[in-house]
Amino acid sequence: MSARASRIHLPGLAPLLLAASVAVMGVLVVLPLATVFHDALAKGVGQFLASLKEPDALAAIRLTLIVAAISVPLNAVFGLAAAWCITKFDFRGKTVLLTLIDLPFSISPVVSGLVWVLLFGAQGWFGEWLLDHDLKIIFALPGLVLATILVTFPFVARELIPLMQDQGIDEEAAALTLGASGFTTFWKITLPNIRWALLYGVLLCNARAMGEFGAVSVVSGHIRGLTTTLPLHVEVLYNDYDFVGAFAAASVLASLGLVTLVLKTALEWRHSGELAASRRH
Amino acid sequence: MTDRVRPIDPRGRGLWKPPLSRWRVPSILPGFGLSLGITLAYLAAIVIIPLAALAIRPWEIGLSGVWATLTDERVARALMLSFSLSLYAALLNAVLGLVIAWTLVRYEFPGRRILDALVDLPFALPTAVAGIALTAIYAPNGPLGSIAARFGIKTAYSPLGIFIALVFIGLPFVVRALQPVMQDLDKEVEEAAQTLGASDLQRIVFVVAPALAPALISGVTLAFARAVGEYGSVVFIAGNMPMKTEIAPLLIVIKLEQYDYAAAAAVGLAMLAISFGALIVLNIVQLLIARRGRR
Repeated sequence: MSARASRIHLPGLAPLLLAASVAVMGVLVVLPLATVFHDALAKGVGQFLASLKEPDALAAIRLTLIVAAISVPLNAVFGLAAAWCITKFDFRGKTVLLTLIDLPFSISPVVSGLVWVLLFGAQGWFGEWLLDHDLKIIFALPGLVLATILVTFPFVARELIPLMQDQGIDEEAAALTLGASGFTTFWKITLPNIRWALLYGVLLCNARAMGEFGAVSVVSGHIRGLTTTLPLHVEVLYNDYDFVGAFAAASVLASLGLVTLVLKTALEWRHSGELAASRRH
Repeated sequence: MTDRVRPIDPRGRGLWKPPLSRWRVPSILPGFGLSLGITLAYLAAIVIIPLAALAIRPWEIGLSGVWATLTDERVARALMLSFSLSLYAALLNAVLGLVIAWTLVRYEFPGRRILDALVDLPFALPTAVAGIALTAIYAPNGPLGSIAARFGIKTAYSPLGIFIALVFIGLPFVVRALQPVMQDLDKEVEEAAQTLGASDLQRIVFVVAPALAPALISGVTLAFARAVGEYGSVVFIAGNMPMKTEIAPLLIVIKLEQYDYAAAAAVGLAMLAISFGALIVLNIVQLLIARRGRR
């Protein structure tokens, strides 16, 4: 009786809904993923590998790694600092701070690139000054990093804040009253408590940083081999009708996405209690 | 998120409140100045100053210049296209999201957890990758595009193609918003309704639907907001024909390529203003529903 009552029981609805879900997910979500790998290998493994060994492709991979290696640690430090002051202390203006941290999620990636051009582009506020001092931000690495940071910076903070809010300050306060230094307390108490959530946030931040397209496309200038990250390399090849090359590069990015998804899912299954995310969604 | 912020009382659980003159409660924990300093400096450099540029620069061409930019037929049509297609895609996502979330929460079947993990794929797949893959599928010679073409329907390089891409990227928002609420749905309430003689349809309409409505609205809102600004997954499949399949973010890129910074900023600011307006309206709707539910 209870099993029957526990679900809405229209006759034949369960198989119907299940079939509909699988069909939608298959056509809408899985088919594009399969297409990437299928089209990358359309002309054989040899050409697939050859297009990944092109100097421009290797330069794009290197640039993508450099951009992520700069922006992800910076965002992790910011996330830790923001979560520490927001969750461990009580002060006025917290809501404003939280709103500002969430803001980049509601901004179009293109706008996230645009704002840096408005500041540092040829006709930007600081454009002339940069030109006089022979500094380049837009159409160069610093611009790519700034755009990536703006797009990805809420990830770590948003993962940590709800979790640290729930954990409160009791453990840290106990350590401090027992004579531990502030740094020891953070290192031995706080960090172990939040390590999985931190890893989770860094994982999502990194995936977005390496896969970001809109924001970096605005500040990149698409100079081949110099300012094209891997997603931009995909675009350049695609617009040149080099479809095997475009999908080969895309398959590297898709693999990155898949690995991220697997790690994220594994974290959610094994450490759900220590992740704020699993409570949120 | 803000309602999770509860005051931390350093003196125990009493009703101690911070004196009005002081802006922060004293605490024995160290590092407040350092962490707040880093946070504020970073926020200023990365968010506040850049967004100030976005808010200020359009007005270099004056109110009339901004108005002329936004009412220019090409820009106006791009804005219309972006917002209307995003709305339609979010509405379809509401239906698909309900079906998928319900299936994942209420039924046990082999492969359920894999299907559940796959829901996040549109988040995990870089947008440019999704863009070229969707284009390959729905192009006139693609596996699905060719079928549609046989019926005389143009998918890629038409508004329909943009719509498909927006449905793709919006789906996870609705499913992930609904899942926890469906999980928490009190089965006893449903059972009570049943024992009191409610039909299945009555239970869905009067018991399940009101409980899900706020989460559904917030998921749809997120999907809508994401769709309005989406660029990477749309720009390949759109075809980018002026007046027909140009989306608003692409217009920003085009204005920047013409070194028309003020016009680009005007379009960006307009997008931001319209989507914040939509978010506020939807939040009010959500509040009203929540209040009605409590009565």
